[in-house]
Amino acid sequence: MQFMLLFSRQGKLRLQKWYVPLSDKEKKKITRELVQTVLARKPKMCSFLEWRDLKVVYKRYASLYFCCAIENQDNELITLEIIHRYVELLDKYFGSVCELDIIFNFEKAYFILDEFLLGGEAQDTSKKNVLKAIEQADLLAEENRPRQFFFSLLS
Amino acid sequence: FPKGRSSSLMIRVIRGARTQGEERGVIQRECAAIRAQFRQADNGTRSHNLAKLLYVHMLGYPAHFGQMECVRLIASPRYNEKRVGYLGAMMLLDEKQDASLLITNSIKNDLSHSSQYVQSLALCTLGCMGSAEMCRDLAPEIDRLLRASNSYIKKKAALCAVHIVRKVPELGELFTPASRSLLSEKNHGVLHGAVVLITELCERNPETLEQFRKAVPELVQIMKGLVMSGYSPEHNVAGISDPFLQVRILRLLRILGRNNETASDAVNDLLAQVATNTDSSKTAGSAVLYETVLTVMDIKSESGLRVLAVNILGRFLLNNDRNIRYISMTSLQKIVQTDHNAVQRHRGTIVDCLKDQDASVKRRALELSLALVSAVNIRSLMKELLLFLSSCPPELRAHTTSGIFNAAERYAPSQRWHIDTILHVLTTAGGDVRDETVPNLIQLITTATELHCYTVHKLYRALIADISVQSLVQVACWCIGEYGDLLLRGECEETEPVQVAEDDVLDALETVLQSHMSSPATRGFALTATMKLSTRITHNVDRIRSIVSIYGSCIDVELQQRAVEYNALFKKYDHMRAAVLERMPVIDKSSPGHTNGESAGGSIKEMEPTKRTQEVFSYLDMKYRLDAPLDHVTRPGKTLGPNYRLFMTFVSHSHPPQSVQLQMKAPSGDVIPAHGLGQVTQTVLLNNPNKVSLKMRVRVCYTSQDFVCQDTVQIDSFPSPAW
Repeated sequence: MQFMLLFSRQGKLRLQKWYVPLSDKEKKKITRELVQTVLARKPKMCSFLEWRDLKVVYKRYASLYFCCAIENQDNELITLEIIHRYVELLDKYFGSVCELDIIFNFEKAYFILDEFLLGGEAQDTSKKNVLKAIEQADLLAEENRPRQFFFSLLS
Repeated sequence: FPKGRSSSLMIRVIRGARTQGEERGVIQRECAAIRAQFRQADNGTRSHNLAKLLYVHMLGYPAHFGQMECVRLIASPRYNEKRVGYLGAMMLLDEKQDASLLITNSIKNDLSHSSQYVQSLALCTLGCMGSAEMCRDLAPEIDRLLRASNSYIKKKAALCAVHIVRKVPELGELFTPASRSLLSEKNHGVLHGAVVLITELCERNPETLEQFRKAVPELVQIMKGLVMSGYSPEHNVAGISDPFLQVRILRLLRILGRNNETASDAVNDLLAQVATNTDSSKTAGSAVLYETVLTVMDIKSESGLRVLAVNILGRFLLNNDRNIRYISMTSLQKIVQTDHNAVQRHRGTIVDCLKDQDASVKRRALELSLALVSAVNIRSLMKELLLFLSSCPPELRAHTTSGIFNAAERYAPSQRWHIDTILHVLTTAGGDVRDETVPNLIQLITTATELHCYTVHKLYRALIADISVQSLVQVACWCIGEYGDLLLRGECEETEPVQVAEDDVLDALETVLQSHMSSPATRGFALTATMKLSTRITHNVDRIRSIVSIYGSCIDVELQQRAVEYNALFKKYDHMRAAVLERMPVIDKSSPGHTNGESAGGSIKEMEPTKRTQEVFSYLDMKYRLDAPLDHVTRPGKTLGPNYRLFMTFVSHSHPPQSVQLQMKAPSGDVIPAHGLGQVTQTVLLNNPNKVSLKMRVRVCYTSQDFVCQDTVQIDSFPSPAW
């Protein structure tokens, strides 16, 4: 996988994970063009499209588009399963996940993705294992958090 | 506020902004606050502030000032800070930036951290954005982790090694031994990582590939275990046991079996087993079957297995899920040449997909259908293609008409079928055909000599129905001009004859001439056709004379040019009119662009291609215009029709002698090869009963490489025994 993008129906980016080295400018250009292309697709069209020299696999879940760019030798159908697995993980973690969860807890969305994929490939094919690892990592983060700090709710 | 808002609060404020300008303002204030916080000593807020900055960055705003903060946080002993620091590094730093080198040391330390979750952060970051230099530095560490650690770390180390090998291929050798032993692990995550790593190593190094061929039996065993095992809740996806791992193993087997009999033999049975035992009702199973098909087609499989694979693709075509139908067609496209007969068996289903809602599925179905055309199925398949053309999306029309013409040309069962097919296309999609279609069709019509009557009838009927499609109108005019007499005869063997009078036919042509829908080229065709009819009809020649004379003052220069010359043909050269306008001979097909290899025998770069007449005008060399240049009339490259003529006129002191008669025969050809390699002869019969002394000027008009040229030669005396 070269990159994964999550965006809303209005084209707002909610998550971007890049597995290839590109400049900020290039990333912005790719994002803009690809988002436009995918949003222009009609509901009855298939989940695959050829874009530049890449294969793009996308699927819409409620108000969010999950969009991956894969290489020519990669299997499009299993990529759909990868996307679905990630959504399942988010859903289990947040409890019936919705777009707002991803907006307000975007770091968590990244942590979950990074526990599932590494360098663009699946690390663990067991849903249970990935969720357990995230749970443990969260506990560790909780332990490490300095106790005396609290937010000023009035500012 | 000294400590800053929580990130949730900040996000809420940003989202509350009503305009882009307002949002920018909010962002600026927040960034200023974050910057201030960064400058302060450690007060426990750094990770929250970096998180806020990362959100701002995702909205598209600059966040460079956070880079050093990432470096600092990564070095922190606190896990929550490390975690955000590494996330920040993956988002804000890339290998092109110098700051990325600064984290190499932290990564190195964290790779040996006592907590596996810290090790995980380091592995993930290195595997995501590690530069070549960082990779070289840390490769030995990764290798160590591949050998001696728990499954949680091993699986990550394997994928990290994949990234390293992609960045620095030479390091592949380092990981080869460890990856081999990973295949005996039971943990699916580790196995999956190992297979991905081995795939990467084999793709890059032929020697490594040779080594790993020995692992084929082991891989087959693992695969068999997955396919035949009972329900495993941990790895089950829609009834398939770990489809992710299955797909990767199949892909590795493909690479190992390619071009190798032994390896291919060893997996034949397995592939058959997977193909028959995998349930394809859901995507997971279809993904495995898809990968199986790809592997079967790429290695040296038995023919029975290949047929099985094609049948899987055929079944996919009937699947309700359009993704699976699409995948099937892309795969079929890849094998339609090599496994033509097997794919032919599914032609019916493929043709049905022409009616699919999805434009990409339609396009694939079109490509496949065109690839499947053969002499056997041309009639039925063409019916489907023509049906498709009538409702196909606009972006596919040009490609469809092109494909139809090619197929028709290669496999036409009869000339009449061929002509009918082209006419059908012109009627349905005449606006989307290539320019050469008109001369090509005309050439085809001239060769089908027994069908002239039939053709002119069909075209006349088409013309009076609709004059908007230029390509169709041009061919129709040309036909009516040439074979209008057959139309007027009122009899036809092949089709219902029309009962028309000369006026009706002239009406049709005049409608074309006058219509604002007709392009200048089309009007040229109509005028020439009208003129030609002057020798094919008997009653209404005067009407033609008046049309021609009216167009002598037409604004369009080309039309005016012709009209003036035709006028002259009526007046001064009436005795030659019949000869000039007589029936065209059969035109030899010299298709542009196709014969470069055949006739010339050379490459397309040949500097002097065959002189070829693509357009010659019915010019008359009139005495009073002998010195007029041709340039203003002729624009290079415009195709007006495959007519050509050589012209001769008399030159005499006063006016051409009445007693002398000229009859021009058809020339021996219309193409003169370059480099003096051939010639064309045209015979002219001169009847000079009074034995008048004659001088003649001969003008030859021809086209060479799209430029119209002319040569003039004067014959001052004829040999005396001639008369």
